[in-house]
Amino acid sequence: MIEFRSVTKQFPDGTTAVDNVSLVFPSRKTTVLVGSSGSGKTTMLRMINRMVDPTSGSIEIDGERVSTLDPVKLRRSIGYVMQNSGLLPHRTVVDNIATVPVLRGIKKKEARQRSLRLMDTVGLERALAERYPGQLSGGQQQRVGVARGLAADPNILLMDEPFGAVDPIVRAELQTELVRLQRELDKTIVFVTHDIDEAFLIGDQIVIFRPGGIVAQIGSPADILANPVDAFVASFVGVDRGKRSLHLEGTPETPVVVDSEGRVAGVLAAGSNPLLIAEAVPQPGAGAPAQGAAT
Amino acid sequence: MTWLWANLGLVWQLTLDHVALSVPPIILGFLLALPLGWLANRHQPSRGVLLSIGGVLYAIPSLPLFVMMPLILGTKILDPINVVVALSIYALALMVRVASDALAAVDTDVIASSTAIGYSDWSRFWRVELPLAGPVLLAGLRVVSVSTVSLVSVGAIVGVDSVGFLFLNGFQRAFPEEILIGIIASVLIAFVFDVVLVLAGRVLMPWAPVLRSREHPRGLMTEKTVIGQ
Repeated sequence: MIEFRSVTKQFPDGTTAVDNVSLVFPSRKTTVLVGSSGSGKTTMLRMINRMVDPTSGSIEIDGERVSTLDPVKLRRSIGYVMQNSGLLPHRTVVDNIATVPVLRGIKKKEARQRSLRLMDTVGLERALAERYPGQLSGGQQQRVGVARGLAADPNILLMDEPFGAVDPIVRAELQTELVRLQRELDKTIVFVTHDIDEAFLIGDQIVIFRPGGIVAQIGSPADILANPVDAFVASFVGVDRGKRSLHLEGTPETPVVVDSEGRVAGVLAAGSNPLLIAEAVPQPGAGAPAQGAAT
Repeated sequence: MTWLWANLGLVWQLTLDHVALSVPPIILGFLLALPLGWLANRHQPSRGVLLSIGGVLYAIPSLPLFVMMPLILGTKILDPINVVVALSIYALALMVRVASDALAAVDTDVIASSTAIGYSDWSRFWRVELPLAGPVLLAGLRVVSVSTVSLVSVGAIVGVDSVGFLFLNGFQRAFPEEILIGIIASVLIAFVFDVVLVLAGRVLMPWAPVLRSREHPRGLMTEKTVIGQ
C-alpha cells in the first residue's frame, strides 16, 4: 500500500505541481491518475520512487516513509515503465530487460535467462532478444518496457503514459494485455494517463486531477461515471458528451444502444435482463436515458 | 622516386616519430575533455567560461606556442614533450566543446528512465550517457586526429622530428620530390588514424547504425505500403 499524506510539491519557479494531496493506493490494485497535461500526475508518480521529493507532506510504502530510504535502492525495487524512448537504445532487448536485476547484482547469465522467460510473459518472440530497441515496432518496444519493469519482480509498478506513443489499434491490444497480466501478477500498479477511456479500462481506482495538482475525485470507474462530483469531472469523463449518454432504441425483441447524438453504439449482450429491456424500450424511437455502461 | 628508395629508412623513422608525437595528444585531449565537457554540461554557468577558454586556446598560433612551451614547462627547447603538450592543449580545446555537446545531445527521456530504474549518477554516466554520446564524440575525435597529425609537422621548425622535416628540408634544398613525399606521408598517417577510429567505433558501438537509420524507417515503411497497395 502506498499512502500520500497532505503532499504538496512546488517547483523552484513557483508553480504548484501537486497541491495538498492525501491518497491511498491499495495493494494489488491498479490506480490510474488521470488529468490533462500540467495536472501534476507525472509528478505524483515520480514522488513515489523519489525522482522528485515533495515540498511538504509524507509518502509511505507499507508504512515506511520513502524519504528515509536510499533513492537508488528504492528505485531498483519499483518497476518503472514510460513511453518507448525510455529503453536504452544501445542495449539489446534482452539486456534492456535484464538491466535492473544486473544492477541489483544478479549474475548476467541468470538475468538473461530470466529476461527470456519475461519475453514470453509479455508476448514477445524470443527471436527478438538480440535486436536493438530501434529495430522494433512501437508496440514491441512497449512490451519490452513492461518486461523491464517486471524484471526485478517488484511489488509496485509505476507506469507513466506507457501506451501514449503507439497507434490506437496497438494501444487497445496493449491495454487488454496489461489487464490480463495484472490478473496473473497482482502488482500494485500506479498508472498515469490523460486518456479517460484507458483509465476506465485499466483502473480499479481512478483519481481525477484538476489543473494545478488538485484531486477532483477518487473512486471506481462506475462511481465516477454514475456520480461525478461536479461539472469539471462530468465534462472530463464525458458524461455530458454524446458518447457516454446512452439510451435504448428499437423494439424489445431487437434493442440497440444509441448515444445522444443518434450514433448506434452497440447492442445489449446476450443474457441481459429482458424485463429491464422491455421497460427501457417503451416505444420504438423514443429512448429512455441510460447513463454509463449499458450492459 | 629514387630519392625515396635511397632514404626509405629515414622516411620510415620520421613516420614512426610522427605517429609517436600524434597519439599522446589525441588520447590526452580526449580523456581530459570528458570531465570538463561533463562539467560544462552539468553546470551551465561554467559552460560559457570553459568553452570560451577552449576557443581562445585554439586561436593561439602553433609556432609561438611550441616556442613558449619550454618557458612554461621548464623543458629543453628540443624536447619533444613541448610539442606533445602544445598539441594536447589544441586537442583539448577542440574536444571540450564536442564532449559538452555530445553529452547534452543524449535523449533526456533515456536519462530520466535510467534514473527511474535505479542507475546511480555515477553508473548512469559511464553506462548510459557516455556510450550514447559516443557517436558525436567519435566525430569530434576524427577531427582532432586529423588536425593533430597535420600540426605535428609544424614541430619540425623547432627541431622536433616528424615527416614535417621532409617538407622543411625539401623546401630548403628546393627539392620537390622530398616535399611531395612528406605531404603524402602526412596524409597517409592521418588516413590510417581515421580508419582505426572508425573501426574502433564500429566495434565499440555496434548499435550506432541502428540509431542513425531510425530517423527514416517510417518514411520508408509508408512508401512500401503505398507501393504494396
